[in-house]
Formats: sequence, C-alpha cells, structure tokens
Amino acid sequence: MTETEVKARRAAERAPVDERPRRQAPTFVIRPAPRWPHLDFAELLHYRELLGTFVWRDIKVRYKQTFLGVAWALLVPVFTAAVYVVVFGKFAKFPSGLKPYPLLVFAGLLPMQCFSSALNGSSVSLVANSALVTKVYFPRVLLPLAAVLVPVVDFALGMLVLVGLMARYRNWPKFPEFFLAPAFVLLALVTALGAGFLLSALNTRYRDVPYAIPVFMQVLPFVSAVPYALNEVPLKWQWILSINPISTVVTGWRWCVIGGAPPNPQMTLLSVGVALLLLLGGLAFFRASEPRFADTI
Amino acid sequence: MGAAIAANGLSKRYRIGELQSSYGTLRESLTRVARQIARGPHRPHHEEIWALRDVSFEVPEGQVLGVIGRNGAGKSTLLKVLTRITTPTAGRAEIRGRVGSLLEVGTGFHPELTGRENVFLNGSVLGMKRKEIARKLDEIVEFAGVQRFIDTPVKRYSSGMYVRLAFAVAAHLEPEILLVDEVLAVGDAEFQRRCLGRMQEFGQSGRTVLFVSHNMQAISRLCERTMLLGDGQIERDGRSADVVAYYLQSGQGGGSFREWTEDDPAWSDGTVELRWARVVQDGRTSETADVRRPIGFELAFDVLDDTYAVFPKIKVHSNEGEIVFNAMDTDPRWHEATPGSYLSTAWIPANLLNEGLFTVDPAVTSLGSGKLRPHAGERQAVSFHVYDPGEGDSARGNFTGHLRGTVRPLLDWTTEER
Repeated sequence: MTETEVKARRAAERAPVDERPRRQAPTFVIRPAPRWPHLDFAELLHYRELLGTFVWRDIKVRYKQTFLGVAWALLVPVFTAAVYVVVFGKFAKFPSGLKPYPLLVFAGLLPMQCFSSALNGSSVSLVANSALVTKVYFPRVLLPLAAVLVPVVDFALGMLVLVGLMARYRNWPKFPEFFLAPAFVLLALVTALGAGFLLSALNTRYRDVPYAIPVFMQVLPFVSAVPYALNEVPLKWQWILSINPISTVVTGWRWCVIGGAPPNPQMTLLSVGVALLLLLGGLAFFRASEPRFADTI
Repeated sequence: MGAAIAANGLSKRYRIGELQSSYGTLRESLTRVARQIARGPHRPHHEEIWALRDVSFEVPEGQVLGVIGRNGAGKSTLLKVLTRITTPTAGRAEIRGRVGSLLEVGTGFHPELTGRENVFLNGSVLGMKRKEIARKLDEIVEFAGVQRFIDTPVKRYSSGMYVRLAFAVAAHLEPEILLVDEVLAVGDAEFQRRCLGRMQEFGQSGRTVLFVSHNMQAISRLCERTMLLGDGQIERDGRSADVVAYYLQSGQGGGSFREWTEDDPAWSDGTVELRWARVVQDGRTSETADVRRPIGFELAFDVLDDTYAVFPKIKVHSNEGEIVFNAMDTDPRWHEATPGSYLSTAWIPANLLNEGLFTVDPAVTSLGSGKLRPHAGERQAVSFHVYDPGEGDSARGNFTGHLRGTVRPLLDWTTEER
C-alpha cells in the first residue's frame, strides 16, 4: 500500500456524514405520465445550474484532442465562404445587392452555421447522453437546450473574422440597427431549439435523424439567402422563402451588421410566427414522448 | 417521523418489443403502419410484461431497506420508477426528501475532462450545487485517493481509480433518501468494504436507504428490513434474516441446477420448452468448478414444433455483469427443424474462465434474417463458482495474488534464447 493510499483510507474512515439539521424536505409525487404535458418552470429554475454545467462541458470538450483546436471555429466559415465567393460570386455571378460579395456571404454564413451546429447538436443530444438519460433524473429539456447554446461560442469567434472583413471593405455597422442583431441570433436559436426538441425526441426511437439532417443542411443556405441578397429575388419568392425563419435570420442579421436593405416587417413576422410554432410544437412533442425516453432510447 | 417513501399500487408495463429491440428505424415503423392499414383497424397484438405489478410499501424515515430478487423480478424497474427515470404505468408514490441514486457510479463522467472537472460535472448531474461540490472537493478527492491525478483527464485513469472517484462523488452527495443498485459489484474487496461502511453511516445518521443487491451477506448486515420481489410483485417483506433465509431456501438465489415445471416454466414462445439445466464437473452437479478441468453445462429441452430450425445457445456473464461469451451449437444436425426431446451439453474448456462467480443464460434459438430469434430461455438460470486450488499447475503458476481479468487462459508460451 502506498503512502497516498494509506492517507486516503484514513481520510475515508474519518469523513463524517454531514449531520446538519435537515431543511424541510420537499415532497414530490411519482405518478403516471399526464395526458397533457406541460413545462414545469419552477423545476427548470431549480436545475439552472445543471444547464450551465452541460453547456460548460460541451464547450470544454468541443475541440479536445484536435491539432488545430479552436482555430476550427474560424476555419470552417472562412473556407465555406471562400468556396461560395469563387463559385457563386465569380462564376455564377449571384446578385449581391449593394454590398461587396465576400462580406455579404460571410455575414450570412455566420448565423447560418450557428443554426446548423445548434440543430445538429440538439437533435442528437438525448442519444449522445443516453448514459445519463437512463440513469439519472433531470428535466430532459435541458439537453437540447444546452446543445443550442454551445455554438454561440463559435459564433462569437467568427465575429472576429467578420470584423476583419468590415475593416477591409471599410463597411462599419450603423447604429441603432446594430443593437437589434442579437434578436436575429435569438430567432436562429429558437428555430434550432424547436426543431431540436422534435428531432431529438424522434431520434430516441429512430436513428434516421442524424442521416437526414445533412441532406437538409445542404439545401438550407440556398433557401435562406446566404449566397445572395433576399431583396434581389422576385417578391413572390421572398414571401415563400420567409416561411423559413433562417432566411429572416440571415437577412435581418446582415442588415444589422453590414447594412443594406432592411428586412420586410411582414415577412419577419411570418418567420417569427413559424419559429414560435415550431418551438411550441416541438416542445409539446418532446414532453409527450419524454416518459418513454429511458425505455426506448 | 413519517414515511420517507410511500408507494401505492405502482405498476410498470413494458411491451416486449420495447425491451428487445431498443429502437427501430423509421422504415420499420412505416411498414408496420402500412401493414396495419392494409389489415384493417384491429389493435395490433403486443406481448406485454408487467415489470412491476401493484407494488405498495412504505419506508419510514431512517430505515435501511434491502430489496432482493432474481434478475428480472422488477428490482431495477422499481428503482427507475422511484428515481423518476421512467414513469409508472399506474399507481403513485410519494417521496419526502431529496433523492440520491447510485444506479451506476460514474454516470455522466466525460473521458476528456480531468478528474476535478468530472467531480463538478458528475456532482451537478447527481443534483449537487456547485458551491456544495467546491466545499467537498478535497474530501471527495481524498476519499478516492486520486490526489496526484486530479488534473489528468479521466480517460488516462485506471479502471480502479475511475470507479473510486465516481463512487466518492456519489458517496458525498447528501440526500435524505439514497437509492443504491449493486454498486458493490465494483472495485476491489477493500474498496467495497469502505462503500459498505459509508452506506452504514448513512443509515445510522437517520437517512433512508433503499439498497438493491444480490449480495445476501451485505443485505443481512446492512438492512433491518428486506423486501423480496418476484415477477414484479412483493413476495415477502419483513426482517432481513427471515426474508434472506426464505429466498435462499426457495432456491431462487441461483444455484447450479434449475428445473422448470408447469407451474414455473421458463419463457417460451410455444415452440420449445426448457426442462432443466445444470452445471456439471466430473459427472456431478457442482456449485463450484475447478478451473483446471472442463466445466459442462447441460440443457434439457423439448422441441415441440417443426417450424424453426432451432439450436441451443448459452450466454455466460461474469459477476460484474459483463458478457463473457455467447456460444451456440453449430452442429449441422440443427440445420433442419427437429422436434423431439434433447439433452445438450456445452463444454467450457479448462483454464478459460478466471476465478469468480459466473451465471448462464440458456436459450434455444433459431436464425432468422441474420438475427438470433429466441424461442425459449431464461436469464441467469444457473450459476457456478470457479476456483483455483492453487497447486501451481493453472495459469496462476505460483502467483497467489489477485489476478485480474474475466478470462484467464493457460497460454502456450515459447521463448528462444537469442
């Protein structure tokens, strides 16, 4: 037995079980799953630290054991933007409105990729944490919720590159629009969360989800005005594209940070409506399937 | 003092499909739905299992209650319901106080994070506040004896260190009610002794403990009262000594011989019936087996039907719950459906298993579209203890210490001088 082991053993034998007078113990009731699921806000508040812990864990391990580390948060949008600039800007000559094309694309890609990682992360969050889901109780909504918050870090890092591009083109954001920018990021996260609730619950039963998402993600930038400016396409199409909240995220965010045409208010309302509907629908589905997660995962 | 746990009519139903294939693909579901539409609107036939059936009991505050029973008796399901991991199908339970569970130590450990980071992660998953964890960090690290490695990622830990740290976190959780499932299956004997000690302290400090275990010795020592579950129901409930004695005498506690009767049949889909199973060595049924000689497993069964080409199969588990191996009879005689009565013997080679307790799940299965399809079987039907008399002619040689591992083959060593 080594010295540390001896010490450890002694400490263990000494370690007292805390005998402070116990607080008034909370009583909770276990009963079959309710027919109408609801969200218990008091409980969520109680578990807020765990939400923080999940976010912290995912950020902490995100680039562990990679050679380039956090640099990936910059490289991914930069490379993607470079491809867009060459293919769509130089060859296909997509309409960029009044702004330099690289700036337009990069400003659009940032919230797009934030949404994309948020959706990817949240939709696999239950299955990725199945060891927890089958072993400990906590409100399951924390998992997709935490997964949606994690990509914000990469997003913030990507902003550094965007600031560089702004300097290069001498195109600085105007106030007061700039202060609206977080609202559009929030819209992206709300959309990702709604879809994430739905998909993560589905994924406990059907492992098709991780295969389906990349297909969807390949199309998404093109229907979200990433490689072009939304106001350059025919009005009818603008309305159709606005059903997709991400097109409003991209257009609105761009307007806030690099200027250009403001988003149409009615179209913005349509997008926000769709996002909220998705959030409520996704949450209802999630809560309704929650009692069976541990059994079917 | 009121009841810390009051359960009333708790029931939990599983569909067999949910238990067997843990998930399907979307396509399978769609074809199932399509088939149902084609067949018309009659309810699909599902086989159901009541993992818990109308379980009612009360645990007064400060009591240490043991829960025993064969595997599949509903012990784990009961814990899962009480810890809210899964919801009951019917009934209700009231729980007074913060619940801590040790369903599996190390839940939520992340291999890339350091020991310290994992203490925080694991602690908050188990319901501790960050402040509380920070206050107890030193104590936890000391209990686990991993001071030097606290800033090393846990993926570099030995399995012993990993388990000690995990248990240390859980043991410093201070719930009013502690639910424990078989933690004692991990770690070395010394560590197990400490874990038991910690649980005893818990009980003595007026906390309520619900302790699920197969370790009758620990149950008798730690619990004043024990509940025996069988088939999802409470079979006995009373003084630990009485219940444990009843359990052991009724032959449910394992053993190397198991006979199935009409009143007590093994699971079957109706095409095959199991008669009996036993472990033999040197021609006798034996609870203990000498590691140096082959161990026979005999299974007697009747094939009632010629629909499937069935064959016998066994799955052997170690006491830690790992699957040591699966083995099936690949003899060509089973290639065709063969109704009749059979006695099959599987010989486990000498010098294969390490010392310890092993359990066998016998089954009679067939092959269908690349999957094994069970027709009859029982989990943990028999068990046997492998021992080494230590006469120097086993894989141990003259070494007398603890030889780790699930298997312990006697290898052919060749050495040349070069």
